[in-house]
Parts: sequence; structure tokens; C-alpha cells
Amino acid sequence: MPGTPLLEVGRLVHMTPWGFVMEVSVTVNGEVRTVDVEPRTLLAHFLRDELGLTGTNIGCDTSSCGACTVLVDGRSAKSCTMLAVQVDGADVTTIEGLAGKDGLHPMQEAFHECHALQCGYCTPGMVMAAVSLVDEYSDLDADGVREGLEGNLCRCTGYQNIVKAVLAASE
Amino acid sequence: MTVTDTPFAGGVVGEARLRKEDPALLTGEAKFIDDLELPGALWVACVRSPHAHARINGIDTSDALAVDGVIAVYTGTDLADTWAAPLPCAWPVTDDMKNPDHFPVAQGKANYAGDIVAVVVATSRYAAADGLEGVVVDYEPLDAVVSVEDAESDRVVIHEDLGTNVSYEWPLIPDPEGVDAAFEAATHHVTETYVHQRLIPAPMEPRGVAVVPAPHNGDMTLYSSTQIPHVLKVMAALTLGVPEQKLRVIAPSVGGGFGCKLNVYAEEILCMALAQRHGVPVRWTESRTEAAGSTIQGRAQRQTIELASDADGKLTAVRATLLADMGAYLQLVAPGVPLLGAFLYHGLYDVPFYSFTCKSVFTNLTPTDAYRGAGRPEATYAIERAMDALAVAVGVGTDEIRSRNFIPTEKFPYDSPAGLVFDSGDYQPALDRAKELIGWDTRMAEQAERRAAGSTTHLGLGISTYVEMCGLAPSRVLASLNYAAGGWESATVRILPTCKIQVVTGASPHGQGHETCWSMIVADRLGVDPDDVEVLHSDTAISPLGMDTYGSRSLSVGGTAIWMATEKVVEKAATIAAHMLEANPEDLELTGGVFSVKGSPEAEVPLAGVAFAAFTAHDLPDGVEPNLEAQVTWDPPNFTFPFGAHIALVEIDEATGAVDLVDYAACDDCGNQINPMIVEGQLHGGIVQGIAQALWEEAIYDEDGQCRSANLADYLVPSAAECIDMKLDHTVTPSPTNPMGVKGIGEAGTIASTAAVMNAVVDALRPLGVTEMAMPASPMAVRRAIEAAGGGAS
Repeated sequence: MPGTPLLEVGRLVHMTPWGFVMEVSVTVNGEVRTVDVEPRTLLAHFLRDELGLTGTNIGCDTSSCGACTVLVDGRSAKSCTMLAVQVDGADVTTIEGLAGKDGLHPMQEAFHECHALQCGYCTPGMVMAAVSLVDEYSDLDADGVREGLEGNLCRCTGYQNIVKAVLAASE
Repeated sequence: MTVTDTPFAGGVVGEARLRKEDPALLTGEAKFIDDLELPGALWVACVRSPHAHARINGIDTSDALAVDGVIAVYTGTDLADTWAAPLPCAWPVTDDMKNPDHFPVAQGKANYAGDIVAVVVATSRYAAADGLEGVVVDYEPLDAVVSVEDAESDRVVIHEDLGTNVSYEWPLIPDPEGVDAAFEAATHHVTETYVHQRLIPAPMEPRGVAVVPAPHNGDMTLYSSTQIPHVLKVMAALTLGVPEQKLRVIAPSVGGGFGCKLNVYAEEILCMALAQRHGVPVRWTESRTEAAGSTIQGRAQRQTIELASDADGKLTAVRATLLADMGAYLQLVAPGVPLLGAFLYHGLYDVPFYSFTCKSVFTNLTPTDAYRGAGRPEATYAIERAMDALAVAVGVGTDEIRSRNFIPTEKFPYDSPAGLVFDSGDYQPALDRAKELIGWDTRMAEQAERRAAGSTTHLGLGISTYVEMCGLAPSRVLASLNYAAGGWESATVRILPTCKIQVVTGASPHGQGHETCWSMIVADRLGVDPDDVEVLHSDTAISPLGMDTYGSRSLSVGGTAIWMATEKVVEKAATIAAHMLEANPEDLELTGGVFSVKGSPEAEVPLAGVAFAAFTAHDLPDGVEPNLEAQVTWDPPNFTFPFGAHIALVEIDEATGAVDLVDYAACDDCGNQINPMIVEGQLHGGIVQGIAQALWEEAIYDEDGQCRSANLADYLVPSAAECIDMKLDHTVTPSPTNPMGVKGIGEAGTIASTAAVMNAVVDALRPLGVTEMAMPASPMAVRRAIEAAGGGAS
């Protein structure tokens, strides 16, 4: 029967004409969002297609490029490598949640100042990864930034200005 | 009006101005193709042949049609009547070029792994993917042709109706007897063979298409992650038979292109056809792994280059012979890619005799086409690697052999042996500066010390000097090369009633920063704030005329059109201002946004006043139309010829074969710079892309034509951890080809850097007897080369 609760494993699971759906309740950019999703839904698709947060980009299918990086409970995570159901109860920040009322986040500002983006497709993921990196490590040097951002690919900048921006923002 | 002698007097051009594109891209506000909200859209997924070469004996779609959400499944046969023409190749380089029919969905036979054999239409992207699993294709695998040598032999003819795998042969030998005589008389005759491996362009945004039809009035909007909305509109209209005036093409934010989005792809035409058929929006987004079989690849050619020189190493002739891999079909400009390098195999050296021949063949691999530099990185690589070999033969330094052969500065404009006219150049200062940046003498001494000490950690220094032809292109030259379109660019500059500015450009940016640069050009001349200039682009309804962005053309062709349209609108404004001031237009000058009468500075009127007067039209001079708007289409008289010198320093561990890039310096000359920050950014990215060819990247195919490096886990696009900071500087030699004196910088880094790194690698290993190294110079390739040379520690 459509919409009938079938069983309860942490969250409600429903049966619909399209198969199982599961209720996910997650805080995204400070707002609690409760949505029914197919259990196989990737977090990246959940954010983009269900919540309309298209700032999180998808650049590969092997967890290699990092374009989809978001913060899950404050730490960077590749949202193409998580299921939406895994963030049930978690706190997720996407690029849309980074700039505040006072303008850009210091990391976004540093990317702008240092010309650390060109086409901008990797940028949301790169910025989120950089925010997490700077948060995690004090005293970052250029090598530390390069190693720390190894999971985020950029095809335009050659990384020189990205490293510069992250170092500037870390000060 | 007086036109000032210097092209830029407003104090805006030349400034490292931050980009106006950034805020939207930094916040997720920018909309890329997959971000578009299209209610009710159907999703398309493509069934692609897993075989490189196979007959299709049957396709069973019943299981797919039973999948929840799947609306329809079409095979090539189902859609055969849909196409007005095959997918276009716009560059039939010879009259007898062989060009196989290429339809969006294969009919009867798949010719490479990735060829579309059926298409699933479904209500969601997940349902479409589910549907793929249900399509059962009965393939009869055939022998695959995966190497250019095998292709040339015609052992297996891929397109039976053509009778051969050779698409065309294209020679450029202005004086055959002169070339032969030069080689006969040569003291040194160097012959080198190089292979350019296949590269996957891999812009970070995969491709995507969305089509919104209006079934009742016949309109159709095609959104595509493309570099060429204007060219695409013409080609899509011809391929599908949609009336061009009903078709609108929009490139939303595009996440990089590097040439691979300079095409007319099967999925674009297919989605248009399916939107027409279903009467609702239809969309497709490429997955990264899919891209190895759905998006063109680059390079893929085998080169033989011969140099003839006298005893001092002064070049007397250059002869280059190519065997180029077109892949399974001819994509939009693929046959022309080798031709873009055909004129440059003598590099920036003064050589009297020249010979170039290219043969291009079909293989059962993903089609190739333009990839950043397109033909020019290949040419630069050949001549620059060969110059190092010549230096060794002559017994002089790799810097000295170049200095002896540079086209002397006084010879510009230089009539090249291949028939071009190089606009301007001054090569030695660029090499001197690059040597200074890298610390040439110190590093050479360090290398000598290590060698003397018998160190097994080898230092190598590699130079690559280059000249490229860019700013594509004079339409008449393109005509002589059989290209099916022109090389002009269009611009409109519009001064709005409130003195804000709209610029409409036919260039179509995808990361280059055109909005910032075009604003600066206009603001510099008009004396307005660059933030008051809005640049409109990439939508054929807003910018109907354009030839788009590729070949480092946007500034020197498109930017020049903007510069000229600005001059034209200033001229009109001056006529109105003169009327307001009761002066002669010839006596007015526009400085800082104010028209004043020369010699009577008190008589002035601001541009804003003129703009409003042009809008109200209450009191315009006789014969002057209301409003301030000017349109210019500019067709350049020549290419532009940027140049420079790049030097790489590598360290190689003899035991492991690992190549460590230690330092990199470059001095480039792209003429006058609009925004030096953006110039440097283009160089950074371009240099890394070229280094990646030398050290990391390769689309590896096995003997069955399967791509073994189809995704970013296996295809080594470098990360920050592999890259280093580069030391850049520039010289400025303005181009006489255009009024701004600009040249172009989008491809320069990639054109130069591959050869610099490979020359450094070979230089490092020379004491071990290594004279040649395949790309990419992976640890395994380095170890193999050392072992083949019989040297080195084991």
C-alpha cells in the first residue's frame, strides 16, 4: 500500500509505487529539512535535486575530484560518496551556507582576491575542503595545503593561486 | 575626434583587476547545465557499445521498457529517419577527404567503445540509469584497430564503404627541391620520432544537454555545456532540419572546455530530436567515466621530424611527417587539428626550407579533436625536442642552439618558410629572462657537480621556446584551408540612458574571465567604472552573431571587435556632444567620461549627459539616430604570434625512476596585456596541463580498444600535491595585427610546457645513455628507458 509504514529502522521506511523510501531529517545550512528519499540516493543528488542546493557540483563518479565536497558535522566529506540516509540527524553545510549576511566567508574572499578560480566548477568543493583543512590544522604551510587538498581537482588554475588563497585565509 | 596614439589611456587596462565572475561562482549562485530547473523534463541515458568494433545483430528493449519510470527506448534503426544529415565535420581539409557517416545513434555497427547504440528516456536520472541495465544488445565483436600503424595498413577497414582507413593526406612543401638539397648539403641531419599519447581533456564539469521545446509554435531552446553556442546553432539546424530562426542556443555557466566542448555532439542532436518527439523538455548529463567514450580526446599522433643544419648548428631545413589518429569518426574540426600545427614545425627559428606532410587515419577509438593548443603543442614538442638532439649533435648548449637559430628581431614581420607572416617577435630577451628566473648557470653547475660525484639523483634542465599562431582567424586563410566557416567576431557596445554600458560579445567564455576583461577595455575608453559595464554572451537570442571561443581568439578577435565598437559609439556620442557644445566633433576629446573641447577645457559635457540626450532624442543633430549603440564585426587580417621561453628543472631518482618537478620558470609575450592577473592565471593552468602530458596523463587503450584509464581514479589529472609554484615573467611586443596590440594567452602554457619537461627528463638521464623517453614519463617509463640504454643502478 502506498505510503504505509513498513518497518522502522531508526527512521520510518515507506513503500511507494516506486519502491522503498526512507525519511531523512538533516540540518542543512542551519535549517532542518525532512525529506523522503530512495535509500540509494546519493547525498550529492539529495542536496541538488531534492533541496535545490545546486552549488554542490558533481565532477566524477569515483570519489576522485572533490567537486561535491560539503561539510558534514564540520568536517569535509565528498557528498557523492555518501548516501543521503547516512546524514540523517547530521549537520550539513554546503557552499550556499558559507557566505553570511556580512558577505563572503574569508575563504571565499581569499579565493576572489588571489584569483584562485577560473571556470568555478571545482570551486565550491575546493572552498569547502579548504575551510575544513584550515579548521583542522593550524600552522599550515604551502606543502600542507597541497597535501591537504590532494582530493580536490582543478583543471584551470594549476593550483598556484589556490594554495596562495588558502594560506592567506589561514592567517 | 582625436584618437590617441597609445591604445589605452584610461588607466583601467593593465590593472590586475579582480574578476566580476567570481561572486556567483564562489557562492553556488552560478548555474551550470545540470543545475537548470526544468519541470517535467525527461532524462536521457545512452546505451554505449562496450566493444570497440562490433556488429549489432539485434537489440531487445523489453526489459528496459518494463522498468518503473522508463518512458521509451530507441535504437539507431528507430531513429534513422530523424536526421536531416549526419553529425557535422566542418573541416574537410582536402577535396577527397574520406568522412564516414556518423549518426547520433549507431546503425548496424558500433565503431568504438562508447558509440551510442540505443537511448533510454525516463522520468528521472535514476530511472534512466536503471533502464540502461535492461537493454540487451546482441553484439558480434570484430577485430579492433587501435594503433595508427595498424590503421594505416588497412588490415581491418573500419568503414567498409570508404575502402580504407586513411581519411586524408595533406602536404605543405613549398619548395621540395630546396628541402632535398638542404638535407643533402647538411653537416648534421637529426631524425627523431615522437608519439603524442591520447589525452582526455577532462574539464571539471562533464558535458550536459537540456532541450526545451515549444511544440505548438515550433521554438526550441538548446542548452549545452558548450564553448560554441553560435556554431552549434547553425550546425544543429542543419543536422536536424530545425529552422534556424526557431532555434535558440544557450551555454549557461560552463565549467571549463579546453577544446573538448568545441564540438557538435551526438547527445546535443539526440536530445533535440527526443524533445521534438516527446514534446517536453529532455536532458542528459554525462558521467565522468562515460566521458571517455562520449567526449573527444586530444593529441594522438606519431611524428617524425628531421632537421638539417650546417656545422655550427644553423638550421637549413625542417621536414615533419605525421600520422594522426582521428578515432572512429571525424568530429567537428578534427581533420584541421594537425593543420593548426602544420605551419609551426620550424618553431621560432629562421629556416629557409620547410616540408610538412600529415596522413590521418581512422581507428576504433574515441574520436579525437581540438584539445588546448590543438596542433601547436604537437608542433612545438617536435621541434623543441629535436633542437635538443641537434644541440647534442653539434656539441653546444641547448640554450645556445636556440639563440643561433632564432628569427632575428629585425626580420619582423617575418615571412615564414611555411607561408605565414609572423607579426612581431623578439625572442632572445624572453629566453634570457627565463634563464635568469630559473638560475640557469647555478643549476648547470649543480648538475655538473652531481655528475662528477656520480650521484644517482640526476638533475635535468629543459628549455622549450615557442611561437604559436592564434587568434583564429582571417576568414580568407580559413577558406584556403577548406574550413567551412569564417574567423570573424562580433561585438555591440550600447550606452544605456543612465550611462551604464551593455557589451554584447560573440565570444563564449567558460572560465577565461571575459566579463572582467571586456568591461576593462570598454571602461578604459569611456571613462566609466568597469562595474558599470555588463557583458552579455553565450545566448544566441541576446548575442545573435558570434564565432565563439577557442584557439586563443577571444581577445585578439572578439576583444578587438569590442574595442572597435567602443570607438564607433564614441564617435557617435562625440557628434551629439559637439552639437550640445556647439563645437566641431573633430575638436572634442573624451577623457575620464567627459567630452571637452581641446584648448577650451571649460566647454565640456559628461558622457552621461550625452547618453541621456541620445535617449530623449529631443535635440539631436540632423541625420543622427537616437540611442548610443554600435555594432562591429571584425575579421582579422592575420593571426597573432605569441611567443616565449619556458624552462623546467627536474630531479630523477635513478633507482625508482620517479621524476620530481623541482622548478619551473617562464617568460611569455602575449603583446599588450589587458589584465595581468588573468594572463598569469591562464599560464598557470596551461603550463600544468602541458606538464601533465609529459609526466602523468594518458588515455590507455588495450589491444581490444578498451580505455583502461576512463575515470579520474585511473586517469591522472594532477592534484595540488603534484604541482609546484611557477616563476613567471613577461616581455611585451605588441602585435601590429590589431589596434590593441594584443596576441592571446589561453593556450601558450600548454604549448610550451610539455617539451620543456621532457627535455629536462632526457637531459637528466643523458649520462645514462638515455636519448629518448616516451610520454608520460612515469617511473615505469623512466626505468624502462634506463634499462634499455643499459645504464643506471638496478
